[in-house]
Amino acid sequence: MKGGWFKSYTIVYLVFLYAPILLLPLFAFNNATTVAFPLEGFTTKWFGQLWTEPALHKALKNSLIIAVSSAVISTMLGIFAARASTRYRFPFKAPLMGLIMLPLVLPEVIVAVALLAVLLGLGVSLSIFTVILGHVLVCTPFAIAILSSAFQSLDQSLEEASYDLGESAVSTFRLIILPLVMPGIISALLITFTISLDEFIIAFFLAGNENTLPVYILGQFRFPQNIPVIMALGTILVCLSIALLATAEYFRRRGIAKTGGKDTGGFL
Amino acid sequence: MTSEKSTMIEFKDVHKYYGDYHALRGITATIRAGEFFSLLGPSGCGKTTLLRTIAGFEGISSGVVMIDGKDMEGVPANVRPTNMVFQSYAIFPHLTVAQNVGFGLRKDPRSKAEKAQAVTEALEMVGLKGYGDRAAHALSGGQRQRVALARALILKPKVLLLDEPLSALDKKMREQMQMELIKLQRQVGITFILVTHDQEEALVMSDRIAVMFDGEVAQLADPETLYRRPNSRKVADFIGTMNFLPAKILSESGGMVEVEAEGFGKLSLSAEQVSGANSGGASVGFRPETLTILFDGQTATDRESMAVVEEVVYYGDMTYYDIKLDGSAAAIRLSMRNVFGRPVLDIGARARVAWSAGALVLFR
Repeated sequence: MKGGWFKSYTIVYLVFLYAPILLLPLFAFNNATTVAFPLEGFTTKWFGQLWTEPALHKALKNSLIIAVSSAVISTMLGIFAARASTRYRFPFKAPLMGLIMLPLVLPEVIVAVALLAVLLGLGVSLSIFTVILGHVLVCTPFAIAILSSAFQSLDQSLEEASYDLGESAVSTFRLIILPLVMPGIISALLITFTISLDEFIIAFFLAGNENTLPVYILGQFRFPQNIPVIMALGTILVCLSIALLATAEYFRRRGIAKTGGKDTGGFL
Repeated sequence: MTSEKSTMIEFKDVHKYYGDYHALRGITATIRAGEFFSLLGPSGCGKTTLLRTIAGFEGISSGVVMIDGKDMEGVPANVRPTNMVFQSYAIFPHLTVAQNVGFGLRKDPRSKAEKAQAVTEALEMVGLKGYGDRAAHALSGGQRQRVALARALILKPKVLLLDEPLSALDKKMREQMQMELIKLQRQVGITFILVTHDQEEALVMSDRIAVMFDGEVAQLADPETLYRRPNSRKVADFIGTMNFLPAKILSESGGMVEVEAEGFGKLSLSAEQVSGANSGGASVGFRPETLTILFDGQTATDRESMAVVEEVVYYGDMTYYDIKLDGSAAAIRLSMRNVFGRPVLDIGARARVAWSAGALVLFR
């Protein structure tokens, strides 16, 4: 029974993937400071405690500022690079694009240490701006990868038709190119936002005194009594992630339906 | 039909290089106002490049392109008095049919209602009345084609450029659109320039055709001249089917050429039947329909030869015979309209074949 084996493999795989995440809300509502069975009873006090942690609020604010900035900047850079690589021919195009995409496979710890050395050497003080700098570096290749496929599927004669009908390069970009690559732009924004939000290593090295959320969470594990609070925070983050991905998928599908394209599969 | 019309487009020694590749090699030609003009040639001959130099999508390396008496050097595509129907139609997929057709009217000073009226009229003209609110991506190939036409014609360009607009349609739809395009062109009176690799399409639709090979215009003529008097064996081969018999030129005098052709014997041809270049010796050429098989009781009005049937291809309305004339090894294709009551010959049959020296072209 080949099918039977495949079925049980799939179930084991999915359990392995999602069971830990399902434990998050379980212990977030559990009335005990230790993360262990049996459960002790229902409580929402850990969620209440979230509101009384100023350090957490600071870290969350930092993370949001960094994630939004990194997402916007890397998506902008991604648009330029994707446009250039799909439309124009220039010398050393292949090696240049390769170098831009390289951070995708570089170990982040190497990037972080190298950046730290350079920034310290230049006398730049560490702050959320240096984290943004590092995050843009790792996020941009993802943005380029997503946007390149969006730009590639754009028929060049659409642009020419727009010029032919009297529009300038700028208005053609606004009226034709931008609306058609918009699903790609939204995808790129969301992916880079997510990458930046949960990035730890670069934030840890480059943030100086400013904690980001992942750094804060790791720090809290030194205090066992805080672990249920982290579980509560994790529960909220999982719910937000699902909402975010669902929104992204909604926009992606709507974009496809609007232009009559073929659904080649998104990230959901 | 196209006599004494003013010049709309003029090419003067136009060259175009892509790096080392010489895409256009000294194009000099004139396209008249209001004519249906075709650029015909095999893929890679430069016809699309030439069309795109008119639209302004391709710059030229040297020479002059003039539209309606104005040099187009440095004039960008968005201000040229031309509009294009793209091979892929380039319908904006995120807009409705009406938004597509009205796209070029964005800077038009007319009121919204007047523009909407213009869009409605343009859609009506191409037979898409009532399609305005449809999503453009939901249309069929033929409908997209019409939207692309309406979108270009609504701007009343001096020249409409058509880049292989029918190549994506099936045969029936293509033939229907050919007729519609001809009618549309007569109705609006705009100069149409069509790029095609389909010689039949060019013959059917055009007032005049420029046949292009390897970046050069090989012959520019009306369809009948092109078909009956191709100026080279290459053009003859590209337009329809032409048979060739090796020939020897015996003498030339006073506008007459004496020729001995394999299978036809001695012939006397007038100077206007003498065409241009043929590499590797002279030959006489003729179209399949200029030969007729004679059945019992029929006699030739001009000349008659004996032949043997080598192959029979039955097409319903026509039968094509591959024959060999006595005294010649050259394979000759002959076409006969199938008439009720007349038999189709078998392979190996002997046949009398009627022909006329006036229908021959001499390639030398």
